[in-house]
Amino acid sequence: MATDGPTPLERFISGILPENPVYRQLLGMCPTLAVTNGMQAAMTMAGATTFVLVMANLITSLIRNLLKPHLRILVFTLTIATFVTIADRFLAAYLYQMSKQLGPYIPLIIVNCIIISRCEICASKQGPFTAIADALGMGLGFTVALASIATIREVLGSGTWFGLRVLPEMWPDWVLMVLPPGAFLTLGLLLGTVNWLSSIKARKAKG
Amino acid sequence: MHYFIELILIGITAALIKNFVLYYFVGICPFLGVSRKIDTAFGMGMAVTFVITIASFLSWTFTTFILRPGAPFTAWIWGMINPGSEVVVDLSILSYIIYIFVIASSVQFVEMYVRKFFPPLYKQFGVFLPLITTNCAILFACLEIMKHVSGVPDATRWGLPEALVLAIGGGLGFTIAISIMAGIREELDMCDVPEALKGPGIALLVAGILALAFMGFTGVDRGLASLFS
Repeated sequence: MATDGPTPLERFISGILPENPVYRQLLGMCPTLAVTNGMQAAMTMAGATTFVLVMANLITSLIRNLLKPHLRILVFTLTIATFVTIADRFLAAYLYQMSKQLGPYIPLIIVNCIIISRCEICASKQGPFTAIADALGMGLGFTVALASIATIREVLGSGTWFGLRVLPEMWPDWVLMVLPPGAFLTLGLLLGTVNWLSSIKARKAKG
Repeated sequence: MHYFIELILIGITAALIKNFVLYYFVGICPFLGVSRKIDTAFGMGMAVTFVITIASFLSWTFTTFILRPGAPFTAWIWGMINPGSEVVVDLSILSYIIYIFVIASSVQFVEMYVRKFFPPLYKQFGVFLPLITTNCAILFACLEIMKHVSGVPDATRWGLPEALVLAIGGGLGFTIAISIMAGIREELDMCDVPEALKGPGIALLVAGILALAFMGFTGVDRGLASLFS
């Protein structure tokens, strides 16, 4: 079953950049915009999402032969909701401050389109090993996207990175960057940059 | 009177000051995907408002009577099984699963209703109607209500009116944002946008400027509150 389509390794790599969930597929925009005003929050979010993605993909792939077509989306959603509850309780127990800061965005992982789309496209048709490789690749791609946005926003917005000072004290903090509009502007410009770079690459490949 | 003003403030906050899309970033997917024509955008906004209201009503009911720590219905059942037990039963760990179930079934219900009574509208929505299930705005409204119902002292617990006002305010705020966005994008179609920014790129930049404009509403709630009190 795992022989059709790309191999697990190819799937893993394609999730990171060529099919990056945020820049290429425009999925999972809510957390991408909402929690990227600091690196710590962004990385916690990326970790939680990757955990849920891997577990949901694994379970979906194990029960793929039992799924009924008209009920599958419901089954996916309930599986995801279960693992999000686990992640939520875990964060509340061990990283209480972070869990408070992320607030409703941890439960909102349930409706993150990345996870449902991976369950639907990959895990419900492939074996567990392929599904996990795919989930790890997509999770890593999501992490890279969140990290790039959070870096720009935190460095320009508060002059720090992971809470450590990187710009000199005299840097006038661009408060706009940590406020909601900064998220839209940063993601819009980054999206444009990624498109521009890949169009240059395509033109070079053509000769 | 005081209670009434509080309700108005909750509604205005949800619709304008802390707009679901432009402040909390929930419901971005339809905001970028369905905002090409004003008619469709407005219809989508109305459908979301409708579903949000139903889902909020149901989730408020479930949270208040079953899920929150010390909920009456759960306590009653528990008392029947273990008479004389002093334990406070807390089912809030099930909240997320129940909410997503409630949302999925209300979307199903709305879909059947629209298909039966408004066939043209149904045709226009097409695939977007089932997609409302994965619209973060609805789950977000349920979670906001849960924050004010579950695990808070009795005096500050939200009743049904607060929950419904939050839901309708949030839904209308979503409709306002998505309609403005559609209006701008209709004009953008005639502009010369750089190749790399075409589509979602320019839409996000426009949304950024819109969010900046909506930040102008900050403080309106405090102003209104001091005006009335």
